[in-house]
Amino acid sequence: MSVFDPSESSLAAPSEGQSWLERIPIAYWVVGLILLIMPAIAGDFMLFQIFGWTFILGLIALGLMFLGGYGGMVSLAQMSIAGVGGYMVAIFGVSAIDTISLGWPWYVAIPIALIIAMLFGTLTGWLAVRTEGIYTIMITLAIAAAFFYFARQNYVMFNGFSGFNGVLPPMLFGVDWRGPAAFYYLTLFWAALGYLVVLYISRAPFGLALQGVRDNPRRMSALGYNVTAHRVAAYTFAALLAAIGGILLTWQSAQISPGTAGIGPAIDILVIAVIGGMRHPVGPFIGAFIYVILKTYAIDALVTLGLAGERFQLLIGIAFLVIVFWSPDGIIGLWDRLREDRKRDPLTGRGGEGP
Amino acid sequence: MTDFARRHPVWAAVIAILAAILIWMIFALWPSWLVDLIGKKKVFLNALFNGITLGGLYFLVASGFTLIFGLMRNVNLAHGSLYLLGGYVGYEFAELTGYWLLAFPAAFIVVAVFGMLLQLVVFRRMEGQDLRQTLVTIGISIIMADLMLWGWGGDFYNISAPSWLSGPLETILVTSQKRSGDLVYLKYPLVRVVIFLAAVAIGVAMWLLLNRTKIGMLIRAGVDDRDMLSATGARIQLVFLCVFAFGAGLAGIAGVVGGTFQSVAPGEDIRFLLASLVVVIVGGMGSIPGAALGALLIGLAEQFGSVYMPTYAVVLTFLIMVGVLAFRPQGLMGRS
Repeated sequence: MSVFDPSESSLAAPSEGQSWLERIPIAYWVVGLILLIMPAIAGDFMLFQIFGWTFILGLIALGLMFLGGYGGMVSLAQMSIAGVGGYMVAIFGVSAIDTISLGWPWYVAIPIALIIAMLFGTLTGWLAVRTEGIYTIMITLAIAAAFFYFARQNYVMFNGFSGFNGVLPPMLFGVDWRGPAAFYYLTLFWAALGYLVVLYISRAPFGLALQGVRDNPRRMSALGYNVTAHRVAAYTFAALLAAIGGILLTWQSAQISPGTAGIGPAIDILVIAVIGGMRHPVGPFIGAFIYVILKTYAIDALVTLGLAGERFQLLIGIAFLVIVFWSPDGIIGLWDRLREDRKRDPLTGRGGEGP
Repeated sequence: MTDFARRHPVWAAVIAILAAILIWMIFALWPSWLVDLIGKKKVFLNALFNGITLGGLYFLVASGFTLIFGLMRNVNLAHGSLYLLGGYVGYEFAELTGYWLLAFPAAFIVVAVFGMLLQLVVFRRMEGQDLRQTLVTIGISIIMADLMLWGWGGDFYNISAPSWLSGPLETILVTSQKRSGDLVYLKYPLVRVVIFLAAVAIGVAMWLLLNRTKIGMLIRAGVDDRDMLSATGARIQLVFLCVFAFGAGLAGIAGVVGGTFQSVAPGEDIRFLLASLVVVIVGGMGSIPGAALGALLIGLAEQFGSVYMPTYAVVLTFLIMVGVLAFRPQGLMGRS
């Protein structure tokens, strides 16, 4: 499968004799600084809607990137797991539907929500790992659809079509976490944490074993690794990322309904991960940023071009198709290729590694 | 069948007993305790027939899907869009000419040509990269869905069946007994029966084509070992093209059938894509008899579910899928 080549760039060995601070690439400092001072530059709409949403969708898609890039399993159930997380916070925590919501404090409701979402993700994984490659896509798509229909028709627990509204983040430390700057930092924190953890795991024994399973499951199982357990554990971890994203998403719009975790959003997560690229954890965030920008401004752009604003899906579809067609590794793949081209010696045509 | 009975005597016995009970429930006059337990016989029979005819429709959609998958390992997630396109084309053609029957060849040809284009322009370029193909089909389905929404809007279209097909069919099945002693017979829409018979005919024709002709031999050989077949000098690209066109055309025909049964509207593409996914997962990938069995099961589950447990009808179908996956991952008729 050419889509998931092992990612060399992320596995580059750190050079010896430097403190860990010095080893952080300069790009991280620049991006980190820009992101930290963003509230001073950008307006409220940018902070809350554009960046908040980017980090959330990126976090959910990060789980898919982890599964797809390191595990070789493309799951379409990520958005459903995020939906479970959001629903559980609404059910166990506080919402405007107080006939169903139990109104437990956040420090009980959030862990329960995360655990249930992870259980759901593990179950999905347990079913999905019985199959491989394209079958996994089909099965997880079917699971996503099942969850959507179930949530839409169940009124006892999921409150059916309308779902829950008035699901707000707790007023911790006296801060309104739905304020633009506060919400920005909240999502930034979780996105950055998720990114770093994924980066760490990709080099930790578990991540390396998972990449081994992706490349050659038979050899790994001959070496004594439990292939199924590694795959299911990968689903569990991806579910944790999705659940955090789902809870943040619920807080952002202050509501959760079946449409949040429908089939369209499930496919959107895949689109985001593929557009960004599945070889490095930064990909989902790039993809999410492009998606959010398109989704927010495409309508205006289309209208100024004289086209109907509803053709937004067309734009997204064409962008997705173009990227899948010409660069299976997404934007990161394009970037890598560009860099390779520049390094290449124009006379010999060889890569510019040696002198 | 005898082979199955010999290998799994217990399961064969269970299936035989269930079949006997079902036959008794269809033909017998229900005693009052059974009516008290699960309601009128008429409701039951209607759900049964609706399920079977819906299964016929699902079979039409899913058989093309499974055929394409079996041969080319290409999960065509744009299959639902092909179905919807067939529905719209059939509607336009039936409106234009006034002949309902003409809608079928028109939808078949238009969608088959579209499928050939897809195969020529898109899938041939990325042969063997299943994941990339699948992603591309997702992109195509997003674009097609939006283009069709652009062209036909969000309205519901209904392809009306001709007058000689409308109206009920008197069956010989007794639903209940009036107090005067007269028997009440079940009435069932004729058009559904005819369409179901047509689906069965198409299924049988497909089976004959696959198992009794030279083209079928080529296709079956391709399903088993594609590389070896092309090494023997068969023109495999031509076979691919034909199968893709045929599978897409079937989806187009199914669109017309669906438009007659129910309606053509945006969103139906996803619904039928999911239905064929579930049917193919349950029945077994790449197997035509599997698609038939799966379609029947899912159609029945959907209809009985909506009658006897209306809230969770859709979930029932997915429970069947999960059950099959958990105990027989390759599908009921699939080969591991």
